[in-house]
This record gives sequence, structure tokens and C-alpha cells, in this order.
Amino acid sequence: MLRDITLGQYYPADSVIHKLDPRVKLFSTMIYIISLFCFRGVAALLIVTAFLAGVIRVSNVPFRYMVKGLRAILVLMLITAVFNLFLTPGEPLFTFGVFRLTAEGIRNAGLMLVRLTYLILGTSIMTLTTTPNQLTDGLEKALMPFSKIGIPVHAIAMMMSIALRFIPILIEETDKIMKAQMARGADFESGNLLRKVKSMIPLLVPLFVSAFRRADDLAMAMEARCYNGGAGRTKMKPLRYGKRDALAYVTVIVYLALILLCRRYLRWPM
Amino acid sequence: MTDKMLMILDKVNYVYSEDTAYQIQALKDVSFKIAEGQFIGIIGHTGSGKSTLIQHLNGLMKATTGSIYFHGQDIYDDDFDLRELRNRVGLVFQYPEHQLFETTIFDDVCFGPKNQGLKEEEAGLRAFEALRSVGLPEELYYQSPFDLSGGQKRRVAIAGVLAMKPEVLILDEPTAGLDPAGRDEILDLVARMHRERGITVILVSHSMEDIAKYVQRIIVMNHGEVMFDDTPSNVFAHYRELEAVGLAAPQVTYLMHELKSRGLSVNTEAITVEEARESLIGALTGIDSGRRDIR
Amino acid sequence: MIKAKQLVHEYIRRDEEGNVESVTTALDHVDLNVKPGEFIAILGHNGSGKSTLAKHINALLVASEGTLLVNGMDVSREENILPVRQSAGMVFQNPDNQIIASVVEEDVGFGPENTGVPTEEIWRRVEESLAAVGMLKYRHHSPNKLSGGQKQRVAIAGVVAMQPRCIVLDEPTAMLDPNGRREVIRTAHELNRASGVTILLITHYMEEVVDADRVLVMDQGKVVMQGTPREIFSQVGKLKEYRLDVPQVTILADLLRQSGLDIPRGVLRREELVEAVLRVAQVEDMQ
Repeated sequence: MLRDITLGQYYPADSVIHKLDPRVKLFSTMIYIISLFCFRGVAALLIVTAFLAGVIRVSNVPFRYMVKGLRAILVLMLITAVFNLFLTPGEPLFTFGVFRLTAEGIRNAGLMLVRLTYLILGTSIMTLTTTPNQLTDGLEKALMPFSKIGIPVHAIAMMMSIALRFIPILIEETDKIMKAQMARGADFESGNLLRKVKSMIPLLVPLFVSAFRRADDLAMAMEARCYNGGAGRTKMKPLRYGKRDALAYVTVIVYLALILLCRRYLRWPM
Repeated sequence: MTDKMLMILDKVNYVYSEDTAYQIQALKDVSFKIAEGQFIGIIGHTGSGKSTLIQHLNGLMKATTGSIYFHGQDIYDDDFDLRELRNRVGLVFQYPEHQLFETTIFDDVCFGPKNQGLKEEEAGLRAFEALRSVGLPEELYYQSPFDLSGGQKRRVAIAGVLAMKPEVLILDEPTAGLDPAGRDEILDLVARMHRERGITVILVSHSMEDIAKYVQRIIVMNHGEVMFDDTPSNVFAHYRELEAVGLAAPQVTYLMHELKSRGLSVNTEAITVEEARESLIGALTGIDSGRRDIR
Repeated sequence: MIKAKQLVHEYIRRDEEGNVESVTTALDHVDLNVKPGEFIAILGHNGSGKSTLAKHINALLVASEGTLLVNGMDVSREENILPVRQSAGMVFQNPDNQIIASVVEEDVGFGPENTGVPTEEIWRRVEESLAAVGMLKYRHHSPNKLSGGQKQRVAIAGVVAMQPRCIVLDEPTAMLDPNGRREVIRTAHELNRASGVTILLITHYMEEVVDADRVLVMDQGKVVMQGTPREIFSQVGKLKEYRLDVPQVTILADLLRQSGLDIPRGVLRREELVEAVLRVAQVEDMQ
């Protein structure tokens, strides 16, 4: 299960999306999320779908790879859908006991499912096509103005990129520790909450010890490679906007404008 | 060999991420039997399926298809208790750091017995016994396991599993990262357990020299399949095939084969330094000098 | 290249009030003189002080006594720290804990970025170093998907990209399988041969030091043996005392010699033993 989370997992491929400046991708993702929550009407839904499908297509990331990320939150999505289905007030279609199924409920549930699915797909395109380092580079550069008011933007960005690199390693390690303790009869599943919390100790202690050790090693390895904070550093992949990026900005803004126009003039049937 | 079969694997298959593009068949029709009291070595390069295999033996992983029998009972039967199997088939993983967590070594070794439902005193007794048998100095028992050297940590990890009194002890590369002396100490310890307690031991290792020195039988894994399953000298006789899959025979095996091909009549079945020495001295001091034809 | 004079390092453990609880001498008056282009192997069991020595050469630790010059620079001086680290690169034991970036080429670029190398130059160096360790075709890969030996080669490339005069490899093979070990050792030799980089290889696998120019054996913080691999391996008994062992052929040759056969001391390779044994056999035949 833990392995299925695609968030933060880069998928190497050669595509226009991969080559875009991370700032463009961050900005576009933000616009895309906004559009998901403010679109109205079938026409807009079609535009969103077309936009998403187009980007997925151009990104050269296999679709099933993205769907893997959906699986991890399937339960959450179903719960949300069920809540929407039965708890939306309106004209009941059927009633059985306390449950009332309304037309609005069906619509809301459907819409919620679409939004969540599109949200996950859209954001995972960003993480799948942008290396964590590019992503943090993008954030670092976008947030640089804040360093003037004393926020250590470089350090935060470095911490984020290291965290992203070590998440898969630590997940794998958790798996190994669990197995090693299960081989000694540890039980991580049964029992009440208190017992479950207690049973986590044999898992968490080795995990923390190992994480600290790794941190120590890594700090030394970074120092050995002349790391000395952000000062005087050059970049292997400096962020420079190109023609491609300008085009992407324009596309995204046109996209948002279309969604907003639909919201105003083509709201049918919502 | 049929008198006391401890474990039987029948066409065990294991597939990772079935039905996806990343589908990997980690085990492919693996079948073999383990007799009580054997000392078995499992070799294979990284990714050959040996780690997956040993995790099947104590029920940590479940075969996609195929059966495993423990004392004649199918471990995948609904009424078979997998936790009981883990008590009886002890598995020590490669890195002791993955299991040490208590504040003292003694408490850590008690973890297994306590999970078996043993009372405090009983578990303590088991821990004492286990720690003594791995040869850890008594003054260390109440110290933190995190301050120990690599070799000592490994002893504590082994004690942690031994304290559960398993019938089978599986060790996954118990010597990785140890220095030569530390390596020999751990392997000698395991060999002594096997000798003195008659415990069945399965040793996973990369070192052909170590395997050759200790085990009675070698199972060679390659791409999830059993490639060879025989006595060490018979397995190492296939040194060319082993090389083709990224493994090797012990150095002396090569030496003996080379000498033989140059006309010296030596025992090519020699796989340890001792055996090689005997055979060479025999050949050189004229015991069977009549058959020599040196090129 | 590297000159150590009476180098001492003490690990001091203090209790909560700051009183000295125990002192462990990890380096005990070590003298070392490494010439440019040499391939030196340092042997020693765990805790013999070899890793401590390595960290001094990279200015990661400060000596308690004595002096250490790397490329003519005194490592104890603050302003020399970065130049020293740049001229003496270091590769550590655990391949996972020294790769910083999530893409191979970005990791190799990390060192040059830190030393302020211009962008185009970084790209050139990244390509060259990845090619030098034979990992160029993995440049866009995630390190998590590589084997142990490949990860270590990436780590070596990361050091090579800083264009050091000397590379210290601190037990680079301890966590690898035999194939990975061979890859890493071969890479170290190739770098040494092709670009004349001085190599200090710290290990406890004896097979890995056979091709070194010079072998140092450390025990309890001291350099206790020094010489060519042949000189070192001809002293089987002494090596065992220092908790080290010897390649199988060397042990076998030694045993045969002890049994009265005319086999030379310090046999290192299988072919040598084959020839030696056949010579003995021929002599016996003639009698």
C-alpha cells in the first residue's frame, strides 16, 4: 500500500511538460486547482477534461502510473461521495429510513468524485514531471523575496528536497523493520487502540534511530562536498524562462479565462 | 532423507504487483524439502529471489500459488496459525539496527519470548540463555543495545530470535559489513548452534568461501528459480554456470580445476583451503605421481 | 599529496556536567606520506581508526595533536577547509546516505554547485564524471532504482565532478554484494590510471587491496604495517593478529610452504600459485 503513493515520485521522460520551468508548473497547478473549484456547467467540465487529458497526453507519463496515486485515496473518495449522496438536502427521490437520496445529492457526489479525481491527477502530473529538486528550486526562487525579511528560504528548500528524496527510503525501511519485528512475534494489527499505540514502539524506535543516523551521515557527506549553505552557490539547472514557458503561461491564463466565461454565460445545467 | 521432513515447498510462485506493468515474478516454481537438522546455504545475486524465499519460509510473505508444508501441515490452511510458525521458524534479518529498540539488551531479547505469551521470569530465563549462547559478555546485558559494535549488535539480534526457541534459524547475510574476525566469530557461533543443539540452519550469504566452509547443502537461486540444489562440492563443480549468472565458486575450486587442466591430478571437489591443502600435498609428494602429465 | 605528522585524535566523552568520562584515542601519532598518483589501501578491523583518519584528510574532524597537510594546505586552518575538501574528495560507506538529489545527474552536480562553478562548466563536468564511472546512461534515473554498486559509482562521480587531486573511499564496498564490490574497485583503479587521481581505499576485504601500490595496516589508531601487497600478505600470522584475514590462495600457499613444499612467500594471485605448484611438481618428477 505504502509503495503505491505516487506523490513525490518523479517519472523520467522526455516531454514538453518535463522541460517547463517549475515555476510555470507551480503556477499552473494553482490555477488548475482554482478552476476545479469554480467551474460551473457541462461546457466548463468538458474544457477542464480536455485540458487535463491534453496535459497528460503531452507529459508522456503512462496514465496507469497516475491512476496508482488514486488508489491510495480511493477510500477517502468513496466516503466523501457517500456523504454527499445522502446528506445533501433537497427534493428526495427515494427514502429508506433516515437516508434520503436526492437529485442534488447525486449531482454533488458525482461532482465531488470528479473534482477529487481531477485534483489528484492534476497535482500528480506536477510531481511526476518535476524532480523534487526542480520543484524546490522553483519554490525557492518564487519565494526568494521572503528571504529579505529573514526567512531562510534556501535552507527550507534544501530540507524539502532532502525530505522528498528520503521518503521512499524510509518507507522501505519501515517495511523492513515491521517484518523484522513480526519475525519476533510482534503484532501490529490486533488489540485496542492503547495496545496498538504500544505496539508501534518497536517500529518507531529503530526507525528514528536509523533516520537520525542517516541525517548525521548525510550532513557529513554534504559537508565533504563543500556544502556551505546557500551563499556563493551556482546552479546546474538555473531557472530561466524560455519561449515555451511564456506559451504555457498564456495557455493557462486563456484556460482560466474560458472557465470563468463558462461560469458566467454557460452555467447549464448547474 | 524422507524420515523427518521439516518443511516441504511445492511449486511456490510469488508475483509482485500482479496484473500491472510492473509485474515481477520473484519466485518461480520453487520446490524443495528441508530435513530436520540440516545446515543449508542459499546463494544468489541481489534480486535473485533469495530474500523473498526466506520470508515465505516463516510466513511473512504468502505465495501467489503453490504450497508450503511445515511438519506435514499446509501453512496456508485456514486453521494454521502463522504466528506460531514464526515462533518456530526464526528469521534474523540482515541489519540488526532494524530490530533493536529496547533500553537494555536484556529487555530487547525478552521481546520475542514475551510476544509468545511467556511470563516475565520465563522470558527472562530464555533471554539469559540466548545471550549466553551467543557469547555476549554478561556485563553488557543491561546496557543499551545502541552502543554496541556491529558484531555485538548482530549477536544480540540473533539472541533475540534464539530466545524464542525456534526449530529453524534463518540468517539473512549475518556477516554483511563486519570485519573478517567479526565475520568468522558470527559464523562459528552459528555452526556451533547447529552442532550442539541440532537446530536446522539456513544461511543466506554472498560469500562462497563462507558457504563452502560451513554448510551441508547449497540452494542456488537465479531469477526466482532454484538453479542448483546439491552438496557444496557438486554445486561448485558447476563453477562455469555459476559465473554466467554473476556468482562464483570459492577461489580454491578455480585453482584446483586449473591445476587439473594443466595435468596435475588433484581433487577438483576440494572447496575449502583445508581440503585443497590435503589434496595438493597428496599430489605433490608423490602419493599418486604415476598419473601425472605436466604441460 | 598528503602528509601527516604525529597525528592524534581523541574522542572525548563527557557526562552531563562536562566532566571527562572517557577518552578514546582513535589516532595515535600517525605518520603518513602519500605521493601524488599513488593507489593506497588502508586495512584494519572495525574500530582501528581508519575511518577517523579518512575524515581528517577531508577536514571533517580536527586533530587533537599533530599536523596534516593536504595538497600543501594545513587542514587545521579555517580558510583551508573548503579548498581541502575540494582537493580531497570523500566517498562513504552507505550509498543511500550520501546521495542528496533525486536524479543522478543533479546529484553529481551538487559538489560543483557548492564551489560556485559556472553552469556550463557544471554540465561538462557532470557528463565527464558520469562517463568516467560508466554511469552516463543512467543520468536521468532516480538513485533509488539503482543497485548498490551503481549508487556508489554515482557517489564517486559526485566527487570526481569536483576535480579533486585525491579521493578517499571509506569502506565503499562494505554494504555491497560481490558484483557491486568489483564494480566499485574497478572504477577506483580506472580513475587512478586514467587521470592520475591519488586514491586512498579503506576496506577490510583483502581481495580488494591486491592491486594497490602500497598497503597500510592500522590497529588501535596506529599504522602497524606498511608495504607492497606482497610484503604485507607474506605475513599471514601477523595479519591474523590484527583481526584481518588473507585471500584464500595466500593462506593455501602459506599452508603448503609450512608443509615443507617450496612455495614462495606472499602469493597473491591464483595464477601465481598454479605456476608455483606446477614448478614443485616438475621438480618432484625429476627426482
